[in-house]
Amino acid sequence: MTHLERALRESAPRGDADAAALAARRVAARAAEEGGADIAYAIVPSPLGALGGVCSRRGLLCLSYRVERLDELLDVLAGALSPRIVESPARLDAVARQLEEYFAGRRQRFELPIDWSLARGFARRVLRATADVPYGNATTYTEIAGRAGSPLAVRAAGNALAANPVPIVVPCHRVLRVGGGLGGYAGGLERKRFLLELEGALEG
Amino acid sequence: MQLPPFQRFLDDHREPVWRFLVALVGRQEADDCFQETFLAALRAYPRLRNGANLDAWVLTIAHRKAIDSHRARARRPIAVADADESPPADGPGNPDPELWGLVRRLPPKQRAAVALRFVADLPHVEAARVMGCSEAAARRNLHAALTNLRKEWSR
Repeated sequence: MTHLERALRESAPRGDADAAALAARRVAARAAEEGGADIAYAIVPSPLGALGGVCSRRGLLCLSYRVERLDELLDVLAGALSPRIVESPARLDAVARQLEEYFAGRRQRFELPIDWSLARGFARRVLRATADVPYGNATTYTEIAGRAGSPLAVRAAGNALAANPVPIVVPCHRVLRVGGGLGGYAGGLERKRFLLELEGALEG
Repeated sequence: MQLPPFQRFLDDHREPVWRFLVALVGRQEADDCFQETFLAALRAYPRLRNGANLDAWVLTIAHRKAIDSHRARARRPIAVADADESPPADGPGNPDPELWGLVRRLPPKQRAAVALRFVADLPHVEAARVMGCSEAAARRNLHAALTNLRKEWSR
């Protein structure tokens, strides 16, 4: 290598990690605002821990308790829906605000469009039926299976609720066992109990 | 292999693209070129073939945006960007900022050849692909650039 080539290498513009990161954030923000991105995500804080929120153009797609596995979720969405995915807290603003109001006891209904793409057939009907269960009320897996059109498919209804991509907003925590047992919850029973107590649906 | 979510692609490539653009167009213009590069990449992204070479692909777009930026600047009546031709004074990073000032005054193809070689570290084959020319032409560009630089640069 000649003297000149060595000098070119040594004096090449250095990486400026901060400048590059800042520029990348502006790209993501513009992609979300100007419509280049099909899917936007952000970490949304809550008293139950950080949530991974994901929105499509149609509405809220996922609200995940498993923030540590958000990357895997985004991989799945890139393959299944669109790889045009950017991080955009602004696009999750309404979600974050309504969740904050809900946890502060100032909101009983979420007014958020939901993108049901991730649930099909019976599972989607189960989730839609669950979305109609009012604040502070509890229903049963059997009841929800019936409302979704298959009163005998109680186990399938339970599976659909366990796979609910938008917990809290689609209130699967309001679905209990016949007889009052808590049943299951993808976020863990502690969280289910917390939500039911918040809504005054559990005594004690 | 499927395409990664665009955000991951952006995060994985932001630093090399930033460096490449600063080398090509200077710090001031780099930001606009960076935005243009990745927004164009986002538009084309879902149409990319599986297994495409993302590194070379994004540099190809960046290279094109750098050329557009130079053309736009050449058309401007007053050269506003001269004040920042040299990279920011950041101590240890730049023992010889003037050398890269000289690089930015080379003809576009030579400038790109130098940046692809000494900033992006691409072999001639890849550099040729990014510049849309033959490997032989890429070598000639680099050779001509070094010859020109040697004339200007005395040390």
